[in-house]
Amino acid sequence: MRHFQTILSDRRLEAIIGNLLRAGVVIAATIMSIGGVIYLAHSGESLAHYRVFQGEPADLRHVKAVLSDASSGHGPGIMQLGLLLLIATPVARVAFSLAAFAVQRDRLYVVVTLVVLGVLTFSLAGGQL
Amino acid sequence: MNILELTGVVFGGALLAGLIGSLTGLGGGLILTPLLTVVLGVDIHYAIGAALVSVIATSCGAASAYVKEGFSNIRLGMFMEVATTTGALIGASLALRVSTAAIAELFGAVLLYSAAASLWPRAKSAATESADAAAMSLELDSGYPTATGIASYHVHHVLGGTGVMLGAGMLSGLLGIGSGAFKVIAFDKVMRVPFKVSTTTSNFMIGVTAAASVGLYLQRGYIDPGLGMPVVLGVLCGSFLGARMLPGMKTSLLRHVFAIVIVVLAIEMILHGLKGTV
Repeated sequence: MRHFQTILSDRRLEAIIGNLLRAGVVIAATIMSIGGVIYLAHSGESLAHYRVFQGEPADLRHVKAVLSDASSGHGPGIMQLGLLLLIATPVARVAFSLAAFAVQRDRLYVVVTLVVLGVLTFSLAGGQL
Repeated sequence: MNILELTGVVFGGALLAGLIGSLTGLGGGLILTPLLTVVLGVDIHYAIGAALVSVIATSCGAASAYVKEGFSNIRLGMFMEVATTTGALIGASLALRVSTAAIAELFGAVLLYSAAASLWPRAKSAATESADAAAMSLELDSGYPTATGIASYHVHHVLGGTGVMLGAGMLSGLLGIGSGAFKVIAFDKVMRVPFKVSTTTSNFMIGVTAAASVGLYLQRGYIDPGLGMPVVLGVLCGSFLGARMLPGMKTSLLRHVFAIVIVVLAIEMILHGLKGTV
């Protein structure tokens, strides 16, 4: 059984994490909505093409390309930027926990969290087993 | 159908998925993919990509409400995320190799299981006096606040639980679902963690698990913004509405109706897989 004090500081940590997650979701959803309005205003009348998988164009597959596409004001690029921010939210959560465990001098969980962060980075950097 | 109409229909479907998902406790991702593929005829790769992102959205949105209550066990969640993220990576790699028909059939089977699991009465966790050596050395035992102070609990069978979590992660990466049902099994049945702690901790982990597989889907071009936008916004609105309606609502009838819907979708999914029309 852990000390009550640790549980209390864990609860404070959880409250901060909760706010972090909510902020991430709200920001991502806002950006996505803006991109959505631009996208629908531009190509709402075009035919949808989701029956056969073609794969996304290269400028929507990588972070750098998405950033430059979004900054040029393209609807799909801005929406994809929102999606990327949403994906980054749980990653930020793990990174924040890493810092918190380091402050608590909990070496075991610093290592555990580093492993999780490593797997996430490997996947997001395009690694494959 | 033009893009404007499709976006509207997808938003409506996602809203429904998020609403029912939050009312019944079954993930929205679970019905999104069959809804997109079977009903709207969207290619299963696009559907899985969109469902994965929506899983992150619901997990983060709900976690912010849950963690305030202070029931989730951060250390337990983080330790198990090693297993679920590794599993998710394996699952996503597999998804890029196996046929879409096989994915559809497996998806159908998982849907059938989830429908059955949602109707089974939840077994009360047995009283937990003894301690597990692995749980002790991993500092997993913790406590949660009750009206009468902090109730402490032990975590059991860490190794077995980790194995189930690895499987849950694989299913998540392979099918684009949160696989919360399987995570709760690992916590509830195998590790015998108290109910409140197991659901909140599992929900906490779902977003991180989904993020681990979404990278591969993104690089392969499976994440489509035109589909992801209405799906994410719809699911978020739906689960927000659901959370507002939840207090004081009788959900048992809804759960039964929803279980029937899932069974129908599951059979459709399996048939599409067998006929090779996915």
